[in-house]
Amino acid sequence: MIEFKLPSLGADMDEGTLLEWKVKPGDAVKKGQVIAIVDTTKAAVDVECWQAGIVHELIAEIGQKMPVGTVMATLLEPGEKVGAGGTAPRRMISPAARKYAQEKSIDLDRITGSGPHGAVTLDDVEKAAPPPPAAEKLIDRTAEMRKTIAAAMARSKREIPHYYVAEDIPLAHALAWLQNANARRGMAERLLPAALLLKAVAVALKRYPELNGFWRDGAYLPVANIHLGVAISLRQGGLIAPALLDADAMPLTQLMQALTDLVQRTRAGSLKSSELGAATVTVTNLGDQGSQTVFGVITPPQVALVGFGRITERPWVEDGALKVLPVVTASLSADHRVSDGHRGALFLRELADLLQRPEGLDQ
Amino acid sequence: MNEPEIRAVVLATLQSIAPEVEADALRGDRPLRKQVDLDSMDWLNFLLGLNQRLKVEIPEVDYAKLVTLDDVVAYLQARAA
Repeated sequence: MIEFKLPSLGADMDEGTLLEWKVKPGDAVKKGQVIAIVDTTKAAVDVECWQAGIVHELIAEIGQKMPVGTVMATLLEPGEKVGAGGTAPRRMISPAARKYAQEKSIDLDRITGSGPHGAVTLDDVEKAAPPPPAAEKLIDRTAEMRKTIAAAMARSKREIPHYYVAEDIPLAHALAWLQNANARRGMAERLLPAALLLKAVAVALKRYPELNGFWRDGAYLPVANIHLGVAISLRQGGLIAPALLDADAMPLTQLMQALTDLVQRTRAGSLKSSELGAATVTVTNLGDQGSQTVFGVITPPQVALVGFGRITERPWVEDGALKVLPVVTASLSADHRVSDGHRGALFLRELADLLQRPEGLDQ
Repeated sequence: MNEPEIRAVVLATLQSIAPEVEADALRGDRPLRKQVDLDSMDWLNFLLGLNQRLKVEIPEVDYAKLVTLDDVVAYLQARAA
């Protein structure tokens, strides 16, 4: 029997409210399949199941608030059978259905079960119940999100000894390369400078494992995969930093598509649980409407955050001559328990070097 | 399409990306991105939305010409079928 538990939804989200089950008892579930929608203070999240099996029992109830790690459902492993209960046929009613029916004073005898072998599921009972008032489950998300961000950021500043380094990076060659690449692309396939910056961060991190991982229980755990948490601001205020998984392995076109999809789904409130708890480092990119420089606050248990300010034309001295070039200021906020400023500065230099060879990032 | 029709499409596209925008409060002669909080991804999606609705291809080199709402409308009117 597999216990399906509410997975981690990021360090700053430690509980969720079940909004909807996408499966019912008897359904076959594939690895990675979305089986529930859970509301958090930041967004409604599609929760995926990472083991294949047959849904045996849905334990969590719609509207139930639960901490991360709560057993939400049980699944039968492939080939597993439930033990025979006796000789006389017995009506099967899921515990969640029975509990709900009791609470709402619904007569189970008048309900036809739609589960396997006629089992009465929570869904069957809910259909028989009068709908709850719509306002009952509404959350003041903006206020809740502010509280969540406050808790995570206060913890970060309380626990993590940050250090900061910054580097001005000329982008003349990178932007010319991008413009040339975009001239050959249709509008939907064009690349933004953000794709180039993110890819450069992911590639640079491969040589600086002390910036890509988690500080847990008094020790640093580097992570081999590079999952970039991309800070995305929401129109109604607040932000979410879902992960761009394995960003170092994506060619720029694929990374741009993944980024576009991630931003669109973040703003539409349709993220997956695997994208919320996975980020190994965060990147905040203020873009062309932002400030010139940003020094971010690390998201625990991560140990680093890379910031990009607005790309602006600035005076630049090269080979003894004064020029005007597009320049971006990259910054690194890092955890001094894990790395030192010298390594942090070398990382930014590596980032700067990679951005002088943009063609090499498209792999 | 005439100018009011194109302006209506532009505003509808804008509102699909920034639902909080009130069309009446926008000044056509002021920089659009100073009036509406559009990041580079929003801007790309805005132009892509116009491309899909009006079938006008907008090369990246022309982005710099599209500063105000009036600029966008005039640019599209000159190219829309």
